[in-house]
Amino acid sequence: MKKIALALLLLLVSSVAFSAGGYADLMKARVDVSDEASLQRGAALFTNLCISCHSAKYVRWNALPDALGVSMEMVEDNLIYGSYQEGNMMRAAMREADAERWFGASAPDLSLTARSRGADWVYTYLNSFYRDPDASAGWNNTLLVNSSMPHVLWTLQGVPEAKFEEVGDEIAVAGIRVSEQQAGMLSEEEFQQATRDITNFMAFLAEPVRAKRQEIGVWVIGFLVIFTILAYLLKREYWRDIH
Amino acid sequence: MSDATTTKATGGLLGWVDARFPLTKMWNEHIAEYYAPKNFNFWYYFGSLALIVLVNQLLTGIWLTMNYNPSAEGAFASVEYIMRDVEWGWLIRYMHSTGASAFFVVVYLHMFRALMYGSYQKPRELIWIFGMMIYLLLMAEAFMGYLLPWGQMSFWGAQVIISLFGAIPGVGEQLALWIRGDYNISGVTLNRFFALHVVALPLALVGLVVFHILALHEVGSNNPDGVDIKKNKDSSGKPKDGIPFHPYYTVKDTFGLGVFLIFFAAVVFFAPEMGGLFLEPPNFEPANPLQTPEHIAPVWYFTAFYSILRAVPDKFGGVVLMGLAIFMLFLLPWIDRGKVRSIRYRGLGHKVALGLFAAAFVFLSYLGLKAPSDIIVGFTVTLWAQIWTVVYFGFFVFLYVYTAFGFERTKPVPERVTD
Repeated sequence: MKKIALALLLLLVSSVAFSAGGYADLMKARVDVSDEASLQRGAALFTNLCISCHSAKYVRWNALPDALGVSMEMVEDNLIYGSYQEGNMMRAAMREADAERWFGASAPDLSLTARSRGADWVYTYLNSFYRDPDASAGWNNTLLVNSSMPHVLWTLQGVPEAKFEEVGDEIAVAGIRVSEQQAGMLSEEEFQQATRDITNFMAFLAEPVRAKRQEIGVWVIGFLVIFTILAYLLKREYWRDIH
Repeated sequence: MSDATTTKATGGLLGWVDARFPLTKMWNEHIAEYYAPKNFNFWYYFGSLALIVLVNQLLTGIWLTMNYNPSAEGAFASVEYIMRDVEWGWLIRYMHSTGASAFFVVVYLHMFRALMYGSYQKPRELIWIFGMMIYLLLMAEAFMGYLLPWGQMSFWGAQVIISLFGAIPGVGEQLALWIRGDYNISGVTLNRFFALHVVALPLALVGLVVFHILALHEVGSNNPDGVDIKKNKDSSGKPKDGIPFHPYYTVKDTFGLGVFLIFFAAVVFFAPEMGGLFLEPPNFEPANPLQTPEHIAPVWYFTAFYSILRAVPDKFGGVVLMGLAIFMLFLLPWIDRGKVRSIRYRGLGHKVALGLFAAAFVFLSYLGLKAPSDIIVGFTVTLWAQIWTVVYFGFFVFLYVYTAFGFERTKPVPERVTD
């Protein structure tokens, strides 16, 4: 019977592994929400470049200090542009009506994107822009084709150009490259780190308690292991006279 | 065991209560002097675990209700409010969402135990029927609860399932409309599901659990040998192979609870989404009636039946077959004509058939998570689902033929329990 139980457990575990797939070619974001330095850099980039259009409307500004390891004053002075009142949410500067007029679509709220799409998706998306003269904003994206979002990070990355190749009857993007003449402020590695920091910060936005719950979890499971051992010894003691 | 437990307390507060309410009597009947077979194995933990998970769902549910807003405008935001701003709200919510899946894990193992040891056979048919009714209500409870976060999968999952009623000829469309209370899933649907999820169904569930346990204690527990322990009693009338539930099984189940909680906590604290199985990624987007998600799949505990539904090309036929898949289980005590309960002493044919039945359930569950056109080892998901659906129903046909026409060669059942 124990073998059956084990087999069932294995089946359950393997089906989890199978179903975890999805997008095949995503880059690995390897987020670590306990990395305060990365979260601080990510927060700086996010509040400089993303929040002018994208809100994170479920997140309160005062959730930031704990996770970033800084004081609320520092958050107010360095990350919040405009007025702040206690308890304010991370609202975007752009109005929805303007977004519709300028881009044809409102900029999605980013509170939960790292959970609904996944951190790997966000990271890959930020690394998949290329210049496209035919697109209305002048940019396109290999992961989210015909995305109406312009390449906001181009001053950092430079201007990525796509290389095309024919696949059957269709023309597909084979690769993206930034030429030396059009380089940005960051090298390729530095840019990947910067986008990883943004992704990391968005993983925090999606679930602010993530780092804390893992920290608490270790103690909870430690307690439960001791409890279970004691319960087992107690059971053995009681059952001594049952044959 | 000692006289202290069998004599009724007469003095003090307990005596006062006992003269007015059968407190000691109930305690003795159902716990201290309920004699359970001494040979319960691993599979017998899941009954008490199911009870504990139910309590977990009730308690965390009450606290979630304190901060949840059952409206189409506010539901999604209020769940995020619980996750972010309510003190320990994230823990309560994860305990509830993980508890939902844990409930089905525990109940499926509990049901499989009953299949293995013939716990549905005479005289335990009513225990099984009550159990199946609990299972059915649990599915309704889980389905309605899943709408409440008002995410994309909440909305579209409910849309797909309720539209199934529309496949019933004649009254179908009217019935679906009546269930939704609107022409589309809307705040009206959300509100009635909320009422049913937090009041009506839990009330019925708790009542049925009481019936389930009362029926069990009336006829006594089965055991891995399928031996009737009441046939062998000592001079004082206690079953020789029985031991009082308390303290022996209370202390044993406490150990089982500890092991279960380690797994439970591992999910709650380290993998609350369980790779998208317990909390599906699209459900972190608010419900949007204008945008269908790429791939709509129910939560894992429904996918076996979802596979059976999709295996039939005709929608109404699929609905009927899906209903039949559950209904067949209700009939099990009368389909199985075997006289031997435990799989240990039953014929090889039954062992193989039960193994295949369990495999069919697991594979159908897996296939239900995939898109119908996906290819697995050369066949489409739909074809695989059709094969395993035949196996699923084949079990019931085989079991009846095998046992009713005397094909089964059983081994002799011992007089007393073996270990």
